[in-house]
Amino acid sequence: MLKLENVSFQVAEERGDKEIIRGVSLTVPENKLVVITGPNGGGKSTLARLIAGIETPTEGRIYFKGEDITDLGITDRARRGIAYAFQTPVRFKGIRVKDLIRIASGKQLSTAGACAYLSAVGMCARDYIDREVNASLSGGELKRIEIATVLARGAALSVFDEPEAGIDLWSFQNLIEVFENMRKTIQNSSILIISHQERILNIADEIVVLKDGKVEAQGPREQVLPRVMGTPSAVSECHMISRKGGIDA
Amino acid sequence: MKLDEIQKRLLREIADLHTVPEGAYNIRSNSQMAGRRSTANIEITSKTDVSGMDIRIAPFTKNESVHIPVVLTQTGLKEVVYNDFFVGEGADVLIVAGCGIDNCGNQDAQHDGIHRFYVGKNAHVKYVEKHYGSGEGTGKRILNPGTEVYQEEGSLVEMEMVQIKGVDDTVRTTTAELKAGAKLLVRERLMTHGQQRAISTYVVNLNGAGATADVVSRSVARDDSYQKFDAKIVGNAPCSGHTECDSIIMDNGRILAVPGLEANDLDAALVHEAAIGKIAGEQLTKLMTLGLTEAEAEEQIINGFLQ
Repeated sequence: MLKLENVSFQVAEERGDKEIIRGVSLTVPENKLVVITGPNGGGKSTLARLIAGIETPTEGRIYFKGEDITDLGITDRARRGIAYAFQTPVRFKGIRVKDLIRIASGKQLSTAGACAYLSAVGMCARDYIDREVNASLSGGELKRIEIATVLARGAALSVFDEPEAGIDLWSFQNLIEVFENMRKTIQNSSILIISHQERILNIADEIVVLKDGKVEAQGPREQVLPRVMGTPSAVSECHMISRKGGIDA
Repeated sequence: MKLDEIQKRLLREIADLHTVPEGAYNIRSNSQMAGRRSTANIEITSKTDVSGMDIRIAPFTKNESVHIPVVLTQTGLKEVVYNDFFVGEGADVLIVAGCGIDNCGNQDAQHDGIHRFYVGKNAHVKYVEKHYGSGEGTGKRILNPGTEVYQEEGSLVEMEMVQIKGVDDTVRTTTAELKAGAKLLVRERLMTHGQQRAISTYVVNLNGAGATADVVSRSVARDDSYQKFDAKIVGNAPCSGHTECDSIIMDNGRILAVPGLEANDLDAALVHEAAIGKIAGEQLTKLMTLGLTEAEAEEQIINGFLQ
Protein backbone atom coordinates (compact mmCIF):
# COMPACT_ATOMS: atom_id res chain seq x y z
CA MET A 1 0.00 0.00 0.00
CA LEU A 2 2.60 2.52 1.18
CA LYS A 3 6.33 2.30 0.76
CA LEU A 4 9.00 4.70 2.00
CA GLU A 5 12.42 4.34 0.42
CA ASN A 6 15.40 5.86 2.14
CA VAL A 7 13.43 8.97 3.16
CA SER A 8 15.28 11.84 4.84
CA PHE A 9 14.06 15.23 6.01
CA GLN A 10 16.14 18.19 7.07
CA VAL A 11 15.18 21.55 8.43
CA ALA A 12 17.36 24.64 8.35
CA GLU A 13 18.33 25.90 11.79
CA GLU A 14 20.56 28.68 12.99
CA ARG A 15 23.44 26.30 13.68
CA GLY A 16 23.18 24.51 10.35
CA ASP A 17 20.73 21.94 9.01
CA LYS A 18 19.10 19.51 11.38
CA GLU A 19 18.17 16.08 10.14
CA ILE A 20 14.87 14.93 11.64
CA ILE A 21 14.31 11.85 9.52
CA ARG A 22 17.38 9.90 8.49
CA GLY A 23 17.13 7.37 5.69
CA VAL A 24 13.87 5.72 6.73
CA SER A 25 12.60 2.78 4.68
CA LEU A 26 9.40 1.03 5.63
CA THR A 27 6.30 -0.59 4.17
CA VAL A 28 2.67 -0.45 5.26
CA PRO A 29 1.15 -3.59 3.71
CA GLU A 30 -2.46 -3.80 2.55
CA ASN A 31 -5.01 -4.93 5.14
CA LYS A 32 -2.63 -4.24 8.01
CA LEU A 33 -2.64 -1.93 10.99
CA VAL A 34 0.86 -0.57 11.55
CA VAL A 35 1.86 1.44 14.61
CA ILE A 36 4.92 3.68 14.63
CA THR A 37 6.24 4.15 18.15
CA GLY A 38 9.38 5.50 19.74
CA PRO A 39 10.51 8.13 22.20
CA ASN A 40 9.36 11.73 21.96
CA GLY A 41 11.37 13.78 19.50
CA GLY A 42 12.23 10.68 17.48
CA GLY A 43 10.56 12.01 14.32
CA LYS A 44 7.24 10.09 14.41
CA SER A 45 4.96 13.05 13.71
CA THR A 46 7.29 14.37 11.03
CA LEU A 47 7.09 11.02 9.28
CA ALA A 48 3.27 11.22 9.31
CA ARG A 49 3.40 14.74 7.84
CA LEU A 50 5.77 13.52 5.11
CA ILE A 51 3.27 10.79 4.20
CA ALA A 52 0.35 13.25 4.09
CA GLY A 53 2.37 15.64 1.92
CA ILE A 54 2.47 18.47 4.43
CA GLU A 55 6.26 18.22 4.35
CA THR A 56 8.39 17.11 1.39
CA PRO A 57 11.35 14.81 1.92
CA THR A 58 14.78 16.23 1.23
CA GLU A 59 15.82 12.78 0.01
CA GLY A 60 14.23 9.44 -0.80
CA ARG A 61 10.94 8.42 -2.46
CA ILE A 62 7.42 7.67 -1.25
CA TYR A 63 5.23 5.20 -3.16
CA PHE A 64 1.48 4.77 -2.71
CA LYS A 65 -0.24 1.85 -4.45
CA GLY A 66 2.82 1.58 -6.66
CA GLU A 67 2.81 5.21 -7.74
CA ASP A 68 5.65 7.59 -6.85
CA ILE A 69 3.85 10.36 -4.91
CA THR A 70 6.95 12.10 -3.55
CA ASP A 71 6.34 15.25 -5.58
CA LEU A 72 2.56 15.37 -5.12
CA GLY A 73 0.97 17.96 -2.85
CA ILE A 74 -1.48 17.45 0.01
CA THR A 75 -4.64 17.66 -2.13
CA ASP A 76 -3.44 15.18 -4.74
CA ARG A 77 -2.39 12.67 -2.11
CA ALA A 78 -5.75 13.07 -0.35
CA ARG A 79 -7.58 12.45 -3.62
CA ARG A 80 -5.52 9.33 -4.24
CA GLY A 81 -6.69 7.92 -0.91
CA ILE A 82 -4.52 9.12 1.95
CA ALA A 83 -6.35 10.42 5.03
CA TYR A 84 -4.58 12.13 7.90
CA ALA A 85 -5.75 12.93 11.42
CA PHE A 86 -3.97 15.86 13.02
CA GLN A 87 -2.41 15.47 16.44
CA THR A 88 -3.79 18.91 17.38
CA PRO A 89 -7.11 19.36 15.58
CA VAL A 90 -7.68 22.64 13.77
CA ARG A 91 -10.49 24.99 14.83
CA PHE A 92 -12.70 26.85 12.39
CA LYS A 93 -15.03 29.73 13.10
CA GLY A 94 -18.32 29.24 11.29
CA ILE A 95 -17.65 25.76 9.89
CA ARG A 96 -19.96 23.27 11.53
CA VAL A 97 -19.19 19.69 12.44
CA LYS A 98 -21.51 18.44 9.71
CA ASP A 99 -19.84 20.70 7.11
CA LEU A 100 -16.46 19.23 7.93
CA ILE A 101 -17.76 15.66 7.78
CA ARG A 102 -19.48 16.41 4.46
CA ILE A 103 -16.29 17.82 2.97
CA ALA A 104 -14.40 14.78 4.24
CA SER A 105 -16.88 12.34 2.71
CA GLY A 106 -16.63 14.19 -0.62
CA LYS A 107 -20.33 13.74 -1.29
CA GLN A 108 -23.72 15.16 -0.42
CA LEU A 109 -24.16 13.49 2.92
CA SER A 110 -27.46 13.57 4.79
CA THR A 111 -27.43 14.75 8.39
CA ALA A 112 -28.16 11.19 9.44
CA GLY A 113 -25.20 10.00 7.38
CA ALA A 114 -22.92 12.54 9.05
CA CYS A 115 -24.26 11.54 12.46
CA ALA A 116 -23.23 7.94 11.89
CA TYR A 117 -19.56 8.96 11.86
CA LEU A 118 -19.94 10.89 15.11
CA SER A 119 -21.67 7.95 16.75
CA ALA A 120 -18.78 5.78 15.62
CA VAL A 121 -16.40 7.89 17.73
CA GLY A 122 -18.71 7.72 20.73
CA MET A 123 -20.31 11.15 20.44
CA CYS A 124 -23.97 11.86 20.85
CA ALA A 125 -24.37 13.05 17.27
CA ARG A 126 -27.49 15.14 17.84
CA ASP A 127 -25.64 17.35 20.34
CA TYR A 128 -22.72 18.05 18.05
CA ILE A 129 -23.73 17.93 14.41
CA ASP A 130 -24.70 21.62 14.17
CA ARG A 131 -21.97 22.93 16.48
CA GLU A 132 -19.18 25.03 15.05
CA VAL A 133 -15.73 23.44 15.08
CA ASN A 134 -14.42 26.24 17.27
CA ALA A 135 -12.98 26.90 20.68
CA SER A 136 -16.30 26.11 22.37
CA LEU A 137 -15.46 22.41 21.95
CA SER A 138 -13.07 20.72 24.36
CA GLY A 139 -9.79 19.17 23.26
CA GLY A 140 -11.26 15.67 23.58
CA GLU A 141 -14.35 16.57 21.57
CA LEU A 142 -12.25 18.13 18.79
CA LYS A 143 -10.05 15.07 18.74
CA ARG A 144 -12.99 12.73 18.26
CA ILE A 145 -14.43 14.95 15.53
CA GLU A 146 -11.01 14.87 13.87
CA ILE A 147 -11.09 11.10 13.88
CA ALA A 148 -14.68 11.13 12.57
CA THR A 149 -13.53 13.19 9.57
CA VAL A 150 -10.92 10.55 8.80
CA LEU A 151 -13.53 7.78 9.08
CA ALA A 152 -15.76 9.75 6.71
CA ARG A 153 -12.97 9.83 4.13
CA GLY A 154 -13.16 6.05 3.81
CA ALA A 155 -9.58 6.26 2.56
CA ALA A 156 -7.27 3.46 1.41
CA LEU A 157 -4.67 4.60 3.94
CA SER A 158 -5.66 6.33 7.18
CA VAL A 159 -2.85 7.98 9.15
CA PHE A 160 -3.45 9.01 12.77
CA ASP A 161 -0.89 11.18 14.52
CA GLU A 162 -1.02 10.42 18.26
CA PRO A 163 -4.78 10.00 18.47
CA GLU A 164 -4.57 9.66 22.25
CA ALA A 165 -2.87 13.02 22.79
CA GLY A 166 -5.03 15.50 24.65
CA ILE A 167 -7.95 13.23 25.46
CA ASP A 168 -9.17 11.88 28.77
CA LEU A 169 -9.06 8.28 29.83
CA TRP A 170 -12.75 7.65 29.18
CA SER A 171 -12.44 8.91 25.62
CA PHE A 172 -9.33 6.81 25.22
CA GLN A 173 -11.24 3.61 25.99
CA ASN A 174 -13.68 4.61 23.32
CA LEU A 175 -10.91 5.34 20.88
CA ILE A 176 -9.47 1.87 21.25
CA GLU A 177 -12.88 0.49 20.26
CA VAL A 178 -12.92 2.75 17.21
CA PHE A 179 -9.55 1.38 16.07
CA GLU A 180 -10.58 -2.20 16.86
CA ASN A 181 -13.64 -1.73 14.64
CA MET A 182 -11.53 -0.19 11.90
CA ARG A 183 -9.17 -3.16 12.18
CA LYS A 184 -12.08 -5.58 11.71
CA THR A 185 -13.29 -3.85 8.55
CA ILE A 186 -9.89 -3.11 7.09
CA GLN A 187 -10.51 -4.85 3.71
CA ASN A 188 -8.55 -3.24 0.90
CA SER A 189 -7.21 -0.54 3.16
CA SER A 190 -4.47 0.07 5.71
CA ILE A 191 -4.12 2.01 8.94
CA LEU A 192 -1.03 3.76 10.22
CA ILE A 193 -1.08 5.06 13.79
CA ILE A 194 1.60 7.12 15.48
CA SER A 195 1.39 6.18 19.14
CA HIS A 196 3.31 4.87 22.08
CA GLN A 197 0.24 3.68 23.93
CA GLU A 198 0.53 0.05 24.95
CA ARG A 199 -3.15 -0.63 24.18
CA ILE A 200 -2.79 0.69 20.66
CA LEU A 201 0.40 -1.31 20.17
CA ASN A 202 -1.56 -4.37 21.31
CA ILE A 203 -3.90 -4.17 18.32
CA ALA A 204 -1.12 -3.60 15.77
CA ASP A 205 -0.23 -6.14 13.11
CA GLU A 206 3.18 -4.60 12.76
CA ILE A 207 5.23 -2.20 14.83
CA VAL A 208 7.93 0.23 13.74
CA VAL A 209 10.20 1.79 16.36
CA LEU A 210 11.56 5.17 15.34
CA LYS A 211 14.39 6.70 17.33
CA ASP A 212 16.57 9.69 16.46
CA GLY A 213 14.97 9.77 13.02
CA LYS A 214 15.95 6.19 12.20
CA VAL A 215 14.10 2.90 12.20
CA GLU A 216 15.41 1.03 15.22
CA ALA A 217 13.19 -2.00 14.82
CA GLN A 218 10.31 -3.14 12.66
CA GLY A 219 8.36 -6.33 12.33
CA PRO A 220 5.29 -8.24 13.49
CA ARG A 221 3.88 -7.19 16.87
CA GLU A 222 4.81 -10.50 18.49
CA GLN A 223 8.47 -9.85 17.76
CA VAL A 224 8.74 -6.13 18.41
CA LEU A 225 6.37 -5.52 21.33
CA PRO A 226 8.30 -7.58 23.94
CA ARG A 227 11.40 -5.55 23.13
CA VAL A 228 9.78 -2.16 23.75
CA MET A 229 7.60 -3.01 26.77
CA GLY A 230 8.47 -0.88 29.76
CA THR A 231 10.31 1.69 27.64
CA PRO A 232 8.96 5.11 26.56
CA SER A 233 7.89 3.38 23.33
CA ALA A 234 5.11 1.45 25.10
CA VAL A 235 3.35 3.20 27.95
CA SER A 236 0.15 2.30 29.77
CA GLU A 237 -2.97 4.45 30.20
CA CYS A 238 -1.94 5.20 33.79
CA HIS A 239 0.94 7.08 32.24
CA MET A 240 -1.64 9.33 30.59
CA ILE A 241 -3.15 10.19 33.94
CA SER A 242 0.15 11.03 35.53
CA ARG A 243 1.07 13.04 32.45
CA LYS A 244 -2.17 14.98 32.69
CA GLY A 245 -1.30 15.79 36.26
CA GLY A 246 1.94 17.21 35.03
CA ILE A 247 4.14 14.76 36.97
CA ASP A 248 5.60 12.83 34.12
CA ALA A 249 6.75 13.70 30.63
CA MET B 1 -44.21 49.86 -13.38
CA LYS B 2 -42.57 46.80 -14.86
CA LEU B 3 -39.17 45.55 -13.71
CA ASP B 4 -36.57 44.42 -16.23
CA GLU B 5 -34.36 41.35 -15.85
CA ILE B 6 -31.47 43.22 -14.19
CA GLN B 7 -33.83 44.76 -11.65
CA LYS B 8 -35.38 41.37 -10.94
CA ARG B 9 -31.92 39.85 -10.44
CA LEU B 10 -31.01 42.62 -7.97
CA LEU B 11 -34.23 41.95 -6.06
CA ARG B 12 -33.35 38.28 -5.79
CA GLU B 13 -29.87 39.13 -4.46
CA ILE B 14 -30.95 41.61 -1.81
CA ALA B 15 -34.32 40.32 -0.66
CA ASP B 16 -34.57 36.72 -1.92
CA LEU B 17 -37.60 38.01 -3.77
CA HIS B 18 -38.72 35.99 -6.77
CA THR B 19 -42.24 37.34 -6.95
CA VAL B 20 -44.23 40.01 -5.17
CA PRO B 21 -43.68 39.49 -1.42
CA GLU B 22 -46.37 38.53 1.06
CA GLY B 23 -47.50 41.20 3.47
CA ALA B 24 -46.74 44.88 3.16
CA TYR B 25 -44.12 46.03 0.68
CA ASN B 26 -42.71 48.93 -1.26
CA ILE B 27 -40.38 48.41 -4.19
CA ARG B 28 -38.33 51.41 -5.25
CA SER B 29 -36.61 51.33 -8.61
CA ASN B 30 -34.50 54.20 -9.99
CA SER B 31 -36.14 56.64 -7.59
CA GLN B 32 -39.64 55.60 -8.67
CA MET B 33 -42.18 53.51 -6.84
CA ALA B 34 -42.48 50.18 -8.65
CA GLY B 35 -45.09 48.72 -6.36
CA ARG B 36 -46.62 49.15 -2.90
CA ARG B 37 -49.07 47.40 -0.64
CA SER B 38 -50.26 48.29 2.84
CA THR B 39 -52.07 45.77 4.99
CA ALA B 40 -54.69 46.11 7.72
CA ASN B 41 -51.93 46.47 10.33
CA ILE B 42 -49.09 47.99 8.34
CA GLU B 43 -49.57 51.28 6.59
CA ILE B 44 -47.02 52.67 4.15
CA THR B 45 -47.33 56.31 3.08
CA SER B 46 -45.02 58.58 1.10
CA LYS B 47 -43.39 61.52 2.83
CA THR B 48 -44.35 64.89 1.47
CA ASP B 49 -41.38 67.02 2.50
CA VAL B 50 -38.52 64.71 1.49
CA SER B 51 -38.10 61.51 -0.50
CA GLY B 52 -39.07 58.47 1.53
CA MET B 53 -41.84 56.74 3.45
CA ASP B 54 -43.49 56.41 6.81
CA ILE B 55 -44.21 52.83 7.78
CA ARG B 56 -46.66 52.50 10.64
CA ILE B 57 -47.06 49.15 12.30
CA ALA B 58 -50.11 48.87 14.56
CA PRO B 59 -49.65 47.77 18.20
CA PHE B 60 -49.71 44.00 18.77
CA THR B 61 -49.33 43.16 15.09
CA LYS B 62 -47.95 39.62 15.05
CA ASN B 63 -45.96 37.63 12.50
CA GLU B 64 -46.22 40.13 9.70
CA SER B 65 -43.50 41.33 7.40
CA VAL B 66 -42.53 44.47 5.50
CA HIS B 67 -40.28 44.36 2.45
CA ILE B 68 -38.80 47.64 1.20
CA PRO B 69 -36.13 46.80 -1.39
CA VAL B 70 -34.42 49.44 -3.52
CA VAL B 71 -32.80 48.88 -6.90
CA LEU B 72 -30.70 51.26 -8.97
CA THR B 73 -29.72 50.56 -12.56
CA GLN B 74 -29.25 54.08 -13.88
CA THR B 75 -25.71 55.37 -13.99
CA GLY B 76 -25.25 58.82 -12.46
CA LEU B 77 -28.29 58.51 -10.21
CA LYS B 78 -27.85 59.84 -6.69
CA GLU B 79 -30.58 59.77 -4.09
CA VAL B 80 -31.15 60.30 -0.39
CA VAL B 81 -34.18 58.53 1.06
CA TYR B 82 -35.69 58.84 4.52
CA ASN B 83 -37.73 55.94 5.81
CA ASP B 84 -39.29 56.04 9.27
CA PHE B 85 -40.66 52.97 10.99
CA PHE B 86 -43.13 53.38 13.83
CA VAL B 87 -43.47 50.00 15.48
CA GLY B 88 -46.41 49.82 17.90
CA GLU B 89 -46.31 48.37 21.40
CA GLY B 90 -46.06 44.60 21.55
CA ALA B 91 -45.78 44.15 17.78
CA ASP B 92 -43.63 41.34 16.38
CA VAL B 93 -42.51 41.95 12.79
CA LEU B 94 -39.88 41.19 10.20
CA ILE B 95 -38.55 44.11 8.15
CA VAL B 96 -36.48 43.33 5.08
CA ALA B 97 -34.67 46.25 3.48
CA GLY B 98 -31.77 46.21 1.10
CA CYS B 99 -30.30 47.91 -1.89
CA GLY B 100 -28.93 46.55 -5.12
CA ILE B 101 -27.02 48.71 -7.60
CA ASP B 102 -26.15 47.66 -11.12
CA ASN B 103 -23.97 50.34 -12.66
CA CYS B 104 -22.88 49.76 -16.24
CA GLY B 105 -22.04 53.38 -16.95
CA ASN B 106 -19.16 55.66 -16.18
CA GLN B 107 -20.84 57.83 -13.57
CA ASP B 108 -21.29 57.00 -9.90
CA ALA B 109 -24.60 55.60 -8.68
CA GLN B 110 -25.40 56.34 -5.07
CA HIS B 111 -28.16 55.50 -2.62
CA ASP B 112 -28.14 56.93 0.88
CA GLY B 113 -30.91 55.35 2.90
CA ILE B 114 -31.65 56.88 6.26
CA HIS B 115 -33.77 54.54 8.37
CA ARG B 116 -35.23 55.54 11.70
CA PHE B 117 -36.89 52.99 13.95
CA TYR B 118 -39.19 54.00 16.76
CA VAL B 119 -39.76 50.74 18.55
CA GLY B 120 -42.62 50.59 21.06
CA LYS B 121 -42.74 48.89 24.45
CA ASN B 122 -42.07 45.16 24.37
CA ALA B 123 -42.11 45.13 20.58
CA HIS B 124 -39.86 42.76 18.65
CA VAL B 125 -38.32 43.77 15.33
CA LYS B 126 -36.14 41.61 13.17
CA TYR B 127 -34.46 43.79 10.57
CA VAL B 128 -32.54 42.32 7.64
CA GLU B 129 -30.56 44.56 5.31
CA LYS B 130 -28.57 43.29 2.35
CA HIS B 131 -26.41 45.29 -0.01
CA TYR B 132 -25.24 44.15 -3.38
CA GLY B 133 -23.56 45.72 -6.37
CA SER B 134 -22.89 44.58 -9.93
CA GLY B 135 -22.18 46.01 -13.37
CA GLU B 136 -19.03 46.42 -15.41
CA GLY B 137 -19.04 50.23 -15.69
CA THR B 138 -16.29 52.45 -14.34
CA GLY B 139 -18.82 54.44 -12.29
CA LYS B 140 -18.74 53.62 -8.57
CA ARG B 141 -21.55 51.91 -6.69
CA ILE B 142 -21.99 53.81 -3.46
CA LEU B 143 -24.24 53.02 -0.51
CA ASN B 144 -24.34 55.06 2.67
CA PRO B 145 -26.91 53.65 5.05
CA GLY B 146 -27.74 55.58 8.18
CA THR B 147 -29.72 53.78 10.84
CA GLU B 148 -31.17 55.28 14.00
CA VAL B 149 -32.89 53.07 16.52
CA TYR B 150 -34.98 54.30 19.46
CA GLN B 151 -36.08 51.47 21.72
CA GLU B 152 -38.75 51.73 24.41
CA GLU B 153 -38.78 49.56 27.55
CA GLY B 154 -38.52 45.84 27.05
CA SER B 155 -38.23 45.99 23.28
CA LEU B 156 -36.00 43.71 21.24
CA VAL B 157 -34.35 44.64 17.96
CA GLU B 158 -32.32 42.12 15.97
CA MET B 159 -30.40 43.54 13.03
CA GLU B 160 -28.70 41.52 10.36
CA MET B 161 -26.60 43.59 7.97
CA VAL B 162 -24.96 41.90 5.01
CA GLN B 163 -22.73 43.33 2.30
CA ILE B 164 -20.83 40.64 0.48
CA LYS B 165 -20.24 41.82 -3.04
CA GLY B 166 -19.83 44.65 -5.44
CA VAL B 167 -20.33 47.82 -3.40
CA ASP B 168 -17.40 50.19 -3.99
CA ASP B 169 -17.88 52.61 -1.19
CA THR B 170 -19.91 52.43 2.00
CA VAL B 171 -20.14 54.58 5.06
CA ARG B 172 -22.54 52.96 7.48
CA THR B 173 -23.60 54.83 10.57
CA THR B 174 -25.78 53.18 13.17
CA THR B 175 -26.90 54.76 16.41
CA ALA B 176 -29.20 53.33 19.04
CA GLU B 177 -30.82 54.58 22.24
CA LEU B 178 -32.12 51.93 24.59
CA LYS B 179 -34.48 52.33 27.54
CA ALA B 180 -34.80 49.96 30.49
CA GLY B 181 -34.86 46.26 29.66
CA ALA B 182 -34.45 46.85 25.93
CA LYS B 183 -32.16 44.61 23.95
CA LEU B 184 -30.26 45.19 20.70
CA LEU B 185 -28.52 42.42 18.78
CA VAL B 186 -26.49 43.31 15.70
CA ARG B 187 -24.86 40.84 13.33
CA GLU B 188 -22.88 42.45 10.56
CA ARG B 189 -21.19 40.52 7.76
CA LEU B 190 -18.99 42.28 5.30
CA MET B 191 -16.67 41.37 2.47
CA THR B 192 -14.74 43.87 0.38
CA HIS B 193 -12.77 43.31 -2.84
CA GLY B 194 -10.69 45.28 -5.31
CA GLN B 195 -10.31 48.92 -4.34
CA GLN B 196 -13.47 48.95 -2.19
CA ARG B 197 -13.76 50.90 1.01
CA ALA B 198 -16.22 50.25 3.82
CA ILE B 199 -16.61 52.16 7.03
CA SER B 200 -19.01 51.08 9.73
CA THR B 201 -19.64 53.11 12.84
CA TYR B 202 -21.87 52.21 15.75
CA VAL B 203 -22.79 54.24 18.79
CA VAL B 204 -25.11 52.42 21.17
CA ASN B 205 -26.36 54.22 24.26
CA LEU B 206 -27.66 51.99 27.03
CA ASN B 207 -29.77 54.45 28.99
CA GLY B 208 -32.07 52.28 31.11
CA ALA B 209 -31.52 49.65 33.78
CA GLY B 210 -31.13 46.18 32.32
CA ALA B 211 -30.59 47.35 28.76
CA THR B 212 -28.31 45.06 26.76
CA ALA B 213 -26.49 45.30 23.45
CA ASP B 214 -24.47 42.79 21.49
CA VAL B 215 -22.79 44.13 18.35
CA VAL B 216 -20.86 41.52 16.38
CA SER B 217 -19.08 42.06 13.09
CA ARG B 218 -17.42 39.44 10.93
CA SER B 219 -15.58 40.72 7.91
CA VAL B 220 -13.17 39.78 5.16
CA ALA B 221 -11.00 42.33 3.31
CA ARG B 222 -9.48 41.06 0.07
CA ASP B 223 -7.32 42.54 -2.72
CA ASP B 224 -6.56 46.21 -1.99
CA SER B 225 -9.74 46.95 -0.04
CA TYR B 226 -9.99 48.85 3.22
CA GLN B 227 -12.41 48.56 6.15
CA LYS B 228 -12.90 50.45 9.33
CA PHE B 229 -15.09 49.09 12.11
CA ASP B 230 -15.74 51.55 14.90
CA ALA B 231 -18.17 50.32 17.52
CA LYS B 232 -18.82 52.18 20.71
CA ILE B 233 -21.12 51.11 23.50
CA VAL B 234 -21.98 53.63 26.18
CA GLY B 235 -23.37 52.40 29.49
CA ASN B 236 -25.37 55.13 31.22
CA ALA B 237 -27.23 52.80 33.61
CA PRO B 238 -26.83 49.33 35.13
CA CYS B 239 -26.59 47.46 31.83
CA SER B 240 -24.50 45.03 29.83
CA GLY B 241 -22.88 45.48 26.46
CA HIS B 242 -20.60 43.42 24.25
CA THR B 243 -18.97 44.28 20.96
CA GLU B 244 -16.89 41.98 18.81
CA CYS B 245 -15.02 42.47 15.57
CA ASP B 246 -13.53 39.42 13.98
CA SER B 247 -11.79 39.87 10.65
CA ILE B 248 -9.81 38.04 8.02
CA ILE B 249 -7.39 39.94 5.81
CA MET B 250 -6.18 38.61 2.47
CA ASP B 251 -3.87 39.90 -0.29
CA ASN B 252 -3.27 43.60 0.48
CA GLY B 253 -6.50 44.07 2.42
CA ARG B 254 -6.39 46.46 5.37
CA ILE B 255 -8.66 46.72 8.41
CA LEU B 256 -8.83 49.16 11.26
CA ALA B 257 -10.88 48.01 14.25
CA VAL B 258 -11.73 50.57 16.91
CA PRO B 259 -13.77 48.97 19.64
CA GLY B 260 -14.89 51.51 22.19
CA LEU B 261 -16.54 51.29 25.58
CA GLU B 262 -17.71 54.05 27.84
CA ALA B 263 -19.08 53.33 31.32
CA ASN B 264 -20.91 56.15 33.04
CA ASP B 265 -22.53 53.96 35.68
CA LEU B 266 -20.83 51.77 38.27
CA ASP B 267 -23.01 48.81 37.31
CA ALA B 268 -22.41 49.01 33.58
CA ALA B 269 -20.70 45.78 32.46
CA LEU B 270 -19.09 46.29 29.07
CA VAL B 271 -16.83 43.97 27.07
CA HIS B 272 -15.13 44.26 23.73
CA GLU B 273 -13.21 41.79 21.61
CA ALA B 274 -11.37 42.38 18.36
CA ALA B 275 -9.24 40.07 16.27
CA ILE B 276 -7.72 40.53 12.83
CA GLY B 277 -5.57 38.01 11.01
CA LYS B 278 -5.03 36.06 7.84
CA ILE B 279 -6.45 32.58 7.32
CA ALA B 280 -4.46 30.20 9.49
CA GLY B 281 -2.20 27.99 7.38
CA GLU B 282 -3.24 24.92 9.33
CA GLN B 283 -6.91 25.53 8.43
CA LEU B 284 -5.99 25.38 4.75
CA THR B 285 -3.83 22.30 5.36
CA LYS B 286 -6.63 20.48 7.18
CA LEU B 287 -9.16 21.05 4.39
CA MET B 288 -6.56 20.09 1.78
CA THR B 289 -6.01 16.77 3.57
CA LEU B 290 -9.75 16.25 3.04
CA GLY B 291 -9.20 16.57 -0.71
CA LEU B 292 -9.91 20.26 -1.39
CA THR B 293 -7.56 22.43 -3.42
CA GLU B 294 -6.07 25.45 -1.71
CA ALA B 295 -8.56 27.77 -3.47
CA GLU B 296 -11.52 25.56 -2.52
CA ALA B 297 -10.30 25.42 1.07
CA GLU B 298 -10.03 29.21 1.18
CA GLU B 299 -13.58 29.54 -0.13
CA GLN B 300 -14.96 27.11 2.49
CA ILE B 301 -13.20 28.94 5.30
CA ILE B 302 -14.51 32.35 4.19
CA ASN B 303 -18.04 31.08 3.53
CA GLY B 304 -18.14 29.51 6.96
CA PHE B 305 -16.69 32.61 8.61
CA LEU B 306 -19.29 34.87 7.01
CA GLN B 307 -22.22 32.52 7.62
